[in-house]
Amino acid sequence: MKGLPEKVDVIVVGGGGAAMAAALTARERGASVLVLEAAPKDFRGGNTRHVRNIRYAHDAATDFVTGPYPVDEYYDDLLRVTQGNTDKDLSRFLIEKSLDAADWMAARGVKFQPPLSGTIGLDRTNAFFKGGGKAVLNAYYATAEKLGIDCRYEAEVMDLKIEDGAFTAARVKYQGQEQTVEARAIVLASGGYQADIDWLKEGWGEAAEGFLIRGTGYNKGRMLRVLMDHGAETAADADQCHAIAIDARSPKCDGGIATRVDCVIYSIMVNRKAQRFYDEGEDIWPKRYAIWGRLLAKQEDQIAFGIVDAKANDLFMPSLYPPLKADSIRDLAGLLELDPDALEKTVADYNAACRGGGNKDREFKPGVLDGLSTEGLSPAKSNWAQTIDTPPYYGYPLRTGITFTYLGVKVNKEARVQFKGKDGRTVSAANIFAAGEIVSGNILGQGYAGGIGMAIGLVFGRIAGEGAARNASN
Amino acid sequence: MAAASDEALQGDQLADLHDEARRLMTICNACRYCEGFCGVFPAMMRQNTFADGDLDYLANLCHGCNGCYYACQYAPPHEFAVNVPQAFARLRADTYRRYTWPGFLAGLFQKNGTLVSVLMAGGIGLVLALIHLFQPAEVIHGEHAGNFYAVIPHNVMAYSFGSVFLYAVGVLLFGFWRFRRDTAPSQADETALSVAGATHDALVMKYMGGGGVRGKMDGCNYPSESFSQVRRVFHQMTFWGFLLCFAATSLGTVYHYVFGWEAPYGYTSLPVLFGTVGGIGLLIGPLGLIYLKRIADPNVLVNAQRGMDTGFLALLFLVSLTGLALLGWRETSAMGTLLAIHLGTVLALFLTMPYGKFVHAVYRYAALLRNRREQKR
Ligand SMILES: Cc1cc2nc3c(=O)[nH]c(=O)nc-3n(C[C@H](O)[C@H](O)[C@H](O)COP(=O)(O)OP(=O)(O)OC[C@H]3O[C@@H](n4cnc5c(N)ncnc54)[C@H](O)[C@@H]3O)c2cc1C
Ligand code: SF4
Ligand code: SF4
Repeated sequence: MKGLPEKVDVIVVGGGGAAMAAALTARERGASVLVLEAAPKDFRGGNTRHVRNIRYAHDAATDFVTGPYPVDEYYDDLLRVTQGNTDKDLSRFLIEKSLDAADWMAARGVKFQPPLSGTIGLDRTNAFFKGGGKAVLNAYYATAEKLGIDCRYEAEVMDLKIEDGAFTAARVKYQGQEQTVEARAIVLASGGYQADIDWLKEGWGEAAEGFLIRGTGYNKGRMLRVLMDHGAETAADADQCHAIAIDARSPKCDGGIATRVDCVIYSIMVNRKAQRFYDEGEDIWPKRYAIWGRLLAKQEDQIAFGIVDAKANDLFMPSLYPPLKADSIRDLAGLLELDPDALEKTVADYNAACRGGGNKDREFKPGVLDGLSTEGLSPAKSNWAQTIDTPPYYGYPLRTGITFTYLGVKVNKEARVQFKGKDGRTVSAANIFAAGEIVSGNILGQGYAGGIGMAIGLVFGRIAGEGAARNASN
Repeated sequence: MAAASDEALQGDQLADLHDEARRLMTICNACRYCEGFCGVFPAMMRQNTFADGDLDYLANLCHGCNGCYYACQYAPPHEFAVNVPQAFARLRADTYRRYTWPGFLAGLFQKNGTLVSVLMAGGIGLVLALIHLFQPAEVIHGEHAGNFYAVIPHNVMAYSFGSVFLYAVGVLLFGFWRFRRDTAPSQADETALSVAGATHDALVMKYMGGGGVRGKMDGCNYPSESFSQVRRVFHQMTFWGFLLCFAATSLGTVYHYVFGWEAPYGYTSLPVLFGTVGGIGLLIGPLGLIYLKRIADPNVLVNAQRGMDTGFLALLFLVSLTGLALLGWRETSAMGTLLAIHLGTVLALFLTMPYGKFVHAVYRYAALLRNRREQKR
């Protein structure tokens, strides 16, 4: 095993999409680059390993997007999902800079595909990676090797030496041994802190114990903490994150995309008390994808159960774990460990509200907002309110699955970390850059638009790599 | 698992192969990231549950390009341990055994490398013995200006090889029929269009190109993680080499029976041209494939199948080599011996065809048929 070099031009902390965008860019501009990835090689690339697509602005259809997605439209979408809770200037900048995203990736070996199944409805706005995020990473790392970038695995950065706002060296635990590496600039692309449950509790309280982590277990936010300790300014609140409803039986970490369950819109969702708590039919599932994670987090034990009958069970993507199945609602309640009387009453009330509704002219239509709503029920189900009366009945246990946290460091358009100066004024770091999830809070104060995570990583990663290389050549 | 695939599988072990494939397809169906790689994933997405026959079908629709293995976020050491190409290779090898006839010969699949050598030695020995029995030495070692029939009368050659060949074809067709019965429940609605489509997919090796973005092919992850067309090139050489040699023989038969033109045919005649070009393809293609197999990633390779694959490829190579040698020296006194050796290898090839890697063509074609039929819906 080769030891770490004592000194390089640029250190990149992390091994995901943002880190590799920074590393490739810095190397292409002539800097010597050391990539330090905490995970072993097989798990390299953090959450990027699990991605499927990228949302980027483009003016015309191409081989892999079905139509134009102008900057203005992207920007409007972002304002809508964040409800204006974003650094507007930086967001617009991000979106403009995303215009050549797919070309840049393709030039570094990433392969795209048309979204063949069309189930997600993002085929105009997002480009899909052939084989997903791990294939993207394979391409990046192969290109990095060709360019002579030094990538080390099981290399966790523990601490940073920062003097007068300038970075000088990193303390690294490399395959069990600690060592110091000096560099002229550093890029922090080490992801969010969602794998640190204690930290999550700062935003969520004890409920965080009930969360599952959809992505890598290596994103514990250590670098974010170090920067905050050194007085970095932060963006977004501690309880802001992307979270969805996933199968309660998923692994604690790294279950990835396959653990999601799409039953919600055709089901009734009940909590531990067998009560409904939110309008399941509010919108098409992908658009409301993100809200259910937060809703579940607020329920007792952070768990809820989607109940469907035989009519509805084939209408959504098949799930990884088989649903619990019974011939009566009573028996299903038994399997789900719910009060049978309470569940029977909830289903009966719901069924009555479906039939009794003034929707005789409405027809149940999967896949589109069909307006088939309940009448006189609270909370209402505004679409796909079809009775649950055809056995067998199925139950899907769902929990909050955290994708990534938003709280991060503030950056400017050069991806330089912003520190609080002695006089209270903001100062830009001389040679400390950040990209990816660790800066996502600048863009995402709340909400999410599918595929924007990769855009934040790519755009800020490239800018950070460029700036770091410039620092190194001065 | 490795030990299990070294023996002919039955009962529990076979259930294991199906269960593992079913487990993987359930994960893949909830993930679907690999839908752009090949035909398997779109085919898988057409259903929610998988019967054994469906899995046999999908396994034969997989051509082991390894694309989905390197791209898999759940590949081992992830706890989901998803290795689709390996699970499918095992199941595929097992369909070869289960669907051939007679059943007891199925076990021979495993020892196919050995079997091929034995049959080849036997074949050469048999042909040599027969000509020694019926022909005086001066005929065997004489010069006949390329006239094979001076050593082995045409009828003897035609009837003996014809009957072995027909046997092989019969067994292959029977396997095809049984495989389809179990894996393609709805073959009633087979149309000329789906047959044409599947034939096209087979001839151009559509999925082997890696099915890039709308026609831009970037190849397979074989023999390693980087993308490459090399396997497809070698496979096409083998496949078209085989077809050309087959065409040469068929054309010779037509010349003989229809037009009464007797061999030897000139070097520029169609049968000899076909045979020569095909023969060269059959030298390069199989050698290339054997080489690729040697350097392929051991994490996905199924060792138990190696003997079978290599045995068949080596035999193709030898048939071609001896055939070309025969052509080169047909006007010398070595012709008789070379003829015996060549015919011996051909005999071995025909006899082992239904029990070796050749059968993949049969089940793959059946799988492509079902795939095309379902695409129409
Ligand atoms: C299941 C799932 C699906 C997703 N799908 C999409 C999608 O389709 N499109 C999209 O845009 N976004 C998606 N996302 C979000 C997306 O993954 C991220 O926004 C993006 O990939 C983040 O990239 P990153 O480089 O900032 O972080 P990561 O890819 O998580 O990389 C962070 C890296 O830092 C390393 N690291 C952490 N701490 C240290 C340390 N102290 N020292 C050294 N290394 C360290 C980690 O090991 C990791 O390699 C998805 C996320 C998940 C979990
Ligand atoms: S092989 Fe892996 S990445 Fe590909 S579809 Fe299956 S589970 Fe998903
Ligand atoms: S190995 Fe290749 S052909 Fe087989 S399933 Fe995976 S991607 Fe498809």
